[in-house]
Amino acid sequence: MAVPILKQEDVLIAQVQAILSDDDLNQLKDDLSNRIGRARSRGVIIDVTALDVLDSFATRTIRGIAYTAKLRGANTVVVGIQPDVAFGMVQLGLSLEGVETALDLEEGLAFLRNAANSRGPRVR
Amino acid sequence: MSAEIRVPIEHERDIVTARQRGRELAAANGFSSTDQTLVALAISEIARNIVSYAKRGEVMLLALEETGRRGIVVIARDEGPGIADPELAMKDGYSTAKSLGVGLPGAKRVMDEFKLETQLGKGTTVTMKKWVR
Repeated sequence: MAVPILKQEDVLIAQVQAILSDDDLNQLKDDLSNRIGRARSRGVIIDVTALDVLDSFATRTIRGIAYTAKLRGANTVVVGIQPDVAFGMVQLGLSLEGVETALDLEEGLAFLRNAANSRGPRVR
Repeated sequence: MSAEIRVPIEHERDIVTARQRGRELAAANGFSSTDQTLVALAISEIARNIVSYAKRGEVMLLALEETGRRGIVVIARDEGPGIADPELAMKDGYSTAKSLGVGLPGAKRVMDEFKLETQLGKGTTVTMKKWVR
């Protein structure tokens, strides 16, 4: 099932569902990269609140998504990593290095607003 | 004692099924929510190895009960190419498939018992156990 992407002003929000296959993640990478261009987005939020596991593949792919978005001129924030999920990632030795994280959607949006303000408005 | 659960692993979406069944079994046997997550994570990594290296195999899940403790055992079996250097494969950061190289050592870390048996050209079996704390 494809990950739905919502647009809120200049931010794209990807709402990851509980059951996330590798194909869904790869699809999300392509979708986001395209949508950033079409919507002239400055920020991307990947909301993983519904996810009960972040394994090495998902972690690597999310890092790839964030870097792809960065190359397209948008900052990525991963929000909603649950306590058990975070604990598991630490135990397994998984890292989201280079990817911004925030507690929840609200914090993620606030982070991106601050980042956008310091960059000035995007050219239309 | 519950019957064993077998999940055939042939496609990456089977990884999701295997870890869900593992989590359900862990939950039904009294594991904490954190430990359910660790079991699901270990299954995810091991099942992914099957898809990446052996193409197909099977994950078997079974509840354990012995001398007053409860747990679960996960057996992941494939008839793939086997692992040429099992010692190296158990090292953090080593991977031949462009992954993060945390799969086997990571799974070992989050489970209580871990055994890797592999034979070149014959296949690989990973047996791992976790006990209820």
